[in-house]
Amino acid sequence: MFAYPTVRASLIFLAVALLGLLVADIAITTANPWQDLGRFFLGVATPNFFSTEGLLTALLRTVAFAFVGVTLGSICGFLLALVYRFLPVRIFCAFIRAIHELFWALIFLQFFGFHPLTGVLAIAIPYAGIFAKVYSEILEEADPEPGRLLPPGTSSIAAFLYARIPDCWVQMRTYTAYRLECGLRSSAILGFVGLPTLGFYLESSFSQGLYSDAGAMLILFYVLIATMPLWLRPKLLPLYILAAPFFLGDGLPIVWGNVERFFTQDIIPSPIRDGEGLAAIWAWLSDVMVTEALPGIWNTVVLTQIALVATGILSLLAFPLISNHFGGPVRRTSGHVLLVIARSTPEYILAYILLQLWGPSMLPAVVALALHNGGIIGHLIGRQTNTIHLRPDAPVGFFRYSWELVPRIYRSFLAFLFYRWEIIMRETAILGILGIYTLGFYVDSAIQNIQFDRAMVLILITALLNIGVDALGRFIRRKLALQTMPTC
Amino acid sequence: MSGFDFHGLTASFDGERVIGPLSFRINEGEHVGLVGKSGAGKSTLIRLLYDRLEGKASLVPQGLGLVNALPVFHNVFMGQLDQHGTWYNTLTLIRPFRRDKDAIRALLTELGIPEKLWIPAAALSGGQRQRVAIARALYRQAPTLLADEPISALDGPMAQQVMTMLTNQFTTSIVALHDVEMALAHCTRIIGIQDGQIALDQPASELTAADISVLY
Repeated sequence: MFAYPTVRASLIFLAVALLGLLVADIAITTANPWQDLGRFFLGVATPNFFSTEGLLTALLRTVAFAFVGVTLGSICGFLLALVYRFLPVRIFCAFIRAIHELFWALIFLQFFGFHPLTGVLAIAIPYAGIFAKVYSEILEEADPEPGRLLPPGTSSIAAFLYARIPDCWVQMRTYTAYRLECGLRSSAILGFVGLPTLGFYLESSFSQGLYSDAGAMLILFYVLIATMPLWLRPKLLPLYILAAPFFLGDGLPIVWGNVERFFTQDIIPSPIRDGEGLAAIWAWLSDVMVTEALPGIWNTVVLTQIALVATGILSLLAFPLISNHFGGPVRRTSGHVLLVIARSTPEYILAYILLQLWGPSMLPAVVALALHNGGIIGHLIGRQTNTIHLRPDAPVGFFRYSWELVPRIYRSFLAFLFYRWEIIMRETAILGILGIYTLGFYVDSAIQNIQFDRAMVLILITALLNIGVDALGRFIRRKLALQTMPTC
Repeated sequence: MSGFDFHGLTASFDGERVIGPLSFRINEGEHVGLVGKSGAGKSTLIRLLYDRLEGKASLVPQGLGLVNALPVFHNVFMGQLDQHGTWYNTLTLIRPFRRDKDAIRALLTELGIPEKLWIPAAALSGGQRQRVAIARALYRQAPTLLADEPISALDGPMAQQVMTMLTNQFTTSIVALHDVEMALAHCTRIIGIQDGQIALDQPASELTAADISVLY
């Protein structure tokens, strides 16, 4: 079995994660973690939908920010996809999507303040980068033959509209709808940095110990995402898109002086700002590297590797929950509900809740990342097993799982996992804002200390780290000849 | 213009020559039937000729090249995208103009599928799809036709009718056919391809089916 490259790669990743566990800070530091967890579940079981009117407003704002941000992102992403073959465009897109929504929000907050534009751009910019990449891949896969058959002299716009777009339309629509679901999650967590979406109210309910209020919010959020097929009708879409900008709230007005100061002073490295010369710049940079960037990178990488393997193990354990090959309809339906909850909950919210209950360490982050990503991959490969037809006398139970199904889905499982590697790392970095010592922690501290120059350097490093992992993930997928798919 | 001269046509696949070098002349008004067993290089030759004519001919490729997501109307209309401005074409995509609708419906009536005007190409049967590709080639109204097995999925009478329509409308045509009888009945000149070379080139009137069968 060790002769298989996929098995060898898995074992190497497993070994790295085990080594990571030795050095990682995994602990439960609160006095009564299980009691708190119990109170939280009690809160979810007894939701209080009527405590404040703020709840519905928060839900409305969450949807509005998601719609405006994703619409803007998809339009810009589509335009970028048309010129995606140019290297500078590809680098630009890789860069803007390597920076997490929350980091963008933190940046814009510094100069736009709590204006709705902050939230809209925080979603639109990274999403534009992702849309550009996926749209261009979809467009590239379109059948080139109809285009070749057009009479010479056909304008390139007409050729594009007739011979290319119709072929890609369904795929682009499906992907955009999927991204809208992601946008709802992104929009919800923007509340954690102060925008008026769900995260904001969740955080305030939690800090006051109002678990029933928090439970009501989570339940409403699941209902919102689970009922998307019902309310997200193509005919209603123009209405939503036109109405959404009016429901973003007023926020606070933009102070343009702040914008100017941010670009001309705040983000200029302090030695340059103060004219201290080249040696001082070097000293400043090495200080940032040694005291913040390197510890941040180390913790981010360790946590990412542990979370990646935990995600893998959890998805392999979870996929039988929805597979036709095991259990009856009742078990499968409850499995579906479980996986929908796991993947609909943004990992940031999961990590926040677990962190409140268990105290700060890497453990809540690992569990949150594994639950969310494991839920997604488990769902995808579980669905894939439903297309497998086994011979009538195939073994049942554990032997069916280990001999018939896992070998069949293992390659696509690895493809999904390596695809999500970069996403897990991006999330890991951002979880630092919650107090785990990954890169986000140092970014957040630098911003708290009004050292935007340091924060920008750290965000830049985070972006480069993500781009590196993305490239490595693609290299491994190619090396192992794993097929990739954009929608995961 | 009086016909085309083709010189030094070659094609290679994985470094192995599959066609040529071939040189021949097609006169204006000739209807050429391209015959030969499968794998002889007919499709590759049609492709080569299309590239040589720089797209100035109507082409019915073996794969048909339909846009599956678009209705039959738009697939046929694509033959005249160069005749209209971008605005006209864009509007047509959303709401077609009456005169285009009438023209294309008439064409489809001749081909026996008028009721399919608004059906997406993906929902059609093989024979219906083939007729849509033929309608697109006819609608384009180029003087020359290049077609690769355009009637392979059509039944007898429809195949006859389509061949008649093609040879009537196009001044010059080069059609690859595996049906020898059909080639003799509708073409004025037969070119037989064997191992990427011309093995036979005579007026159809001087040939019988038996003469051609040596190629197979």
